[in-house]
Amino acid sequence: MKSWKELEPGCVILEPGSSEKFKAGGWRAFRPQWIEEHCIQCLFCWLYCPDMAVLVQDGKMVGFDYDFCKGCGVCALECPGKKVQKAIVMQPEGK
Amino acid sequence: MATPLKLKELSKKEVLFNHGHRLCAGCGAPIVVKMVLLAIEQPVVAVSSTGCLEVSSCISTFTSWKIPWMHSAFENAAATLSGLETAYRALRKRGQLEGDIKFVTFCGDGGTYDIGFQSLSGAMERGHDMLYICYDNGAYMNTGIQRSSATPLGANTTTSPAGKVIPGKLQPRKDLTRIMAAHGLPYVAQASPSHWMDLMKKVRKAMEIKGPKFMNILSPCNRGWRSRLDDAIMLSRLAVQTCYWPLYEVEDGKVRLTFKPKEKKPVTEFLKPQGRFKHLFAPGNEGLLEALQRRVDEEWQRLLEESARAQEVKEEEHA
Repeated sequence: MKSWKELEPGCVILEPGSSEKFKAGGWRAFRPQWIEEHCIQCLFCWLYCPDMAVLVQDGKMVGFDYDFCKGCGVCALECPGKKVQKAIVMQPEGK
Repeated sequence: MATPLKLKELSKKEVLFNHGHRLCAGCGAPIVVKMVLLAIEQPVVAVSSTGCLEVSSCISTFTSWKIPWMHSAFENAAATLSGLETAYRALRKRGQLEGDIKFVTFCGDGGTYDIGFQSLSGAMERGHDMLYICYDNGAYMNTGIQRSSATPLGANTTTSPAGKVIPGKLQPRKDLTRIMAAHGLPYVAQASPSHWMDLMKKVRKAMEIKGPKFMNILSPCNRGWRSRLDDAIMLSRLAVQTCYWPLYEVEDGKVRLTFKPKEKKPVTEFLKPQGRFKHLFAPGNEGLLEALQRRVDEEWQRLLEESARAQEVKEEEHA
């Protein structure tokens, strides 16, 4: 933590997106689990994730960033899955 | 060329609102911000008034924003942004700055409907080239769920507590989108994150139009709405399907509905999953439910009529 004397004048933050140093994933009580074989790559999980915690590579969902996922479960609820089998399910943390 | 509005293509873009922000789990506001920033193609400067989004995205030396962003006071986000926009124009005139930069605010309903209304109205009247986005969660959620003028009739908040004395908020919600349309702005729209394509199209359209623009976007809040952690998108979808939150735009005074639900659901479907309306389903409060439904019906009817009239005018002009 910086003291006030070390802050930039006007409290300007010069490093964009520096909040990534704060791992908000520690708040999580439920953990999303991705089941790849049920995934249709609709990317709704990526779009609706409030915490930018869905990892995407070349336009495909590849997993979760558990450093930042707060476990809200929006992705699991919105996941259409394959033949009503969800590709994202929520599990209690620590199980 | 603009990125096509396809999730596969959009997901290759950098999201300019970073993770590690301290908004609650399942909050609607970061979803709204993410969608808006994904839709905008140009460099963008943003201002937020005090509110959930501001306090949680900028703590101490941490910021979640990857764009130039400024926190103003509660009441003057629009005034601050209009100042920035004017400075940009002045610098461009002198040849000290190049490029097409867009100006956007992200403010909550408290900072828009109530406290920031004078500066918003002023900035819009002066005609600054900016887009004012209000993420409407329907109360002062940041300070502990106090009623605002965006809170719907009958909602239980800490300053309109439902109990023996009053059945929640006694006054209906202020229709700010309509008030902004009455300012005669070139573009006013209402959107919901559940209909992301509609939302992004509206943002893109607003970016193309020069002058003051206003967008009101629904943003569910599971803490304040007393709903489940995971239903932000589901509730915003129900709000649209019940016509509690109709999706429309007003371009140069002409109303156009951008989404008509195939089957208009009763408003109770939107109210039922929310604990803030729990008391309305108890015996004795049927009147309030009826009043809420009546208000939604009247507003929907008015929009249908106005959009039909705008369509007629358009056809006459083309004839």
